[in-house]
Amino acid sequence: MTIPNDLKYTKSHEWVRTEADGTVTVGITHHAQDLLGDMVYVESPQVGRKVAASEECAVVESVKAASDVYAPIAGEVVAVNEAVANKPEMINQDAYAAWMFRLKPDNAADVNALLDAAAYKAVVDSEAH
Amino acid sequence: MLKQTALNAAHRAMGAKMVDFSGWEMPLHYGSQIEEHHFVRRDAGMFDVSHMLAIDVEGALAREFLRRLLANNVDRLQIPGKAMYSCLLNEQGGVLDDLIVYYLREDWFRIVVNAATCDKDLAWMQARRDESASSLALTPRRDRAIIAVQGPHAREKVWQAVPEIRGVTELLKPFQAADCAAYFVGRTGYTGEDGFEIILPMSHAEQFWQALSSAGVKPIGLGARDTLRLEAGMNLYGQDMDETVTPLESGLAWTVDLTAERDFIGKAVLKEQAVTRDLFGLVLIDKGVLRSHQQVRTTYGDGEITSGSFAPTLDKSIALARLPKTIPLGELVQVEVRDKLLSAKVVKYPFVRNGKSLI
Repeated sequence: MTIPNDLKYTKSHEWVRTEADGTVTVGITHHAQDLLGDMVYVESPQVGRKVAASEECAVVESVKAASDVYAPIAGEVVAVNEAVANKPEMINQDAYAAWMFRLKPDNAADVNALLDAAAYKAVVDSEAH
Repeated sequence: MLKQTALNAAHRAMGAKMVDFSGWEMPLHYGSQIEEHHFVRRDAGMFDVSHMLAIDVEGALAREFLRRLLANNVDRLQIPGKAMYSCLLNEQGGVLDDLIVYYLREDWFRIVVNAATCDKDLAWMQARRDESASSLALTPRRDRAIIAVQGPHAREKVWQAVPEIRGVTELLKPFQAADCAAYFVGRTGYTGEDGFEIILPMSHAEQFWQALSSAGVKPIGLGARDTLRLEAGMNLYGQDMDETVTPLESGLAWTVDLTAERDFIGKAVLKEQAVTRDLFGLVLIDKGVLRSHQQVRTTYGDGEITSGSFAPTLDKSIALARLPKTIPLGELVQVEVRDKLLSAKVVKYPFVRNGKSLI
């Protein structure tokens, strides 16, 4: 199980990294891509869109199923990863390199309330029952 | 507790991700379902389909029984070994299941039905048997494993794995089968590629599977099985048709002969049915992925996708959709995907046959 210690996580399987410029980068976890299988389509949010915490923000589709990607915190979309939208299999190859969008947080401290690696591992383990 | 096939341990050893499929623990993929899909189109893959059920129909009344039971005409089977696709209908013409029937001898036919429906099918067949042909034996062959080997090199690799069946099975034409000792070999499949479907004793399954693997055949999960059959334009029971529709609304009119004198269960309803909708192929023009149950808007009336996915051979999304029967091929339609309307084109299917795009 790959869950880097330096990232934050959500129960809905997004990973979150705070950048030096104060923006936060969001992707889906290794566990999420493993559940979904081969990725074939990514629908990115519009840059400039304001999102609330837990709002549907992007969509990833594998051969098997479509899955919503949620905004981990409230903020404004300031960038999307076009490379991943053009080559969705990048998510399967390295879920933590294949970021999906960046947010400018409404409140930078919101990130602190997200799950750390140990807490996210507990979520994954409980799903595996 | 999920049911397991004879190959459960072999799947795990090969790295399969196992899932619940109609109460059976089956391999979804062994790493990448897209790579598995391509491997079948380009070389040869093997599928454990032991969750499906072979039912032997044995006795002097076998043909007469099947003449009435099946929507397709069993009298098309005159050469021993010949196989045929058919629907099993209820009295209302609704599809109870789809199946392959093999003719071995006048007193022995073998039917292979879907896993999810096999108990219902067997009960239906037994009840019809008790009405008219009580001497007939219906034997579910749960003592058998079923392994499909599919792809342009599939037959050659089966012969490498089991050289002794080469002589007999080399002569098989598509939709023909032969019973060679332990191996019941049919030149049939669910991928649009050449190959065999092989019914064999469970005790032989693992050894055969490993011999195929040594010959370079890769294991293929249910994920790729679904995209392969969709590209091949083959219906999936429970998705593209069920008891609420007839074969005439399911792209299967070619499997029903309404002009012959033969009476079969459901025929009276089919003869009177005013068919207003049928299955068509869709190719997505916009970006995205078509999925079952998405609504389709057309100027001829609305419809619904019954099966949709990403088609690895075509590198685009395709679907089967039940649409107004009057819609012309080439028509542009709109598919509701989440909060958007995506453009798709109506096409004739199959989409892919023998590794080649047909669209």
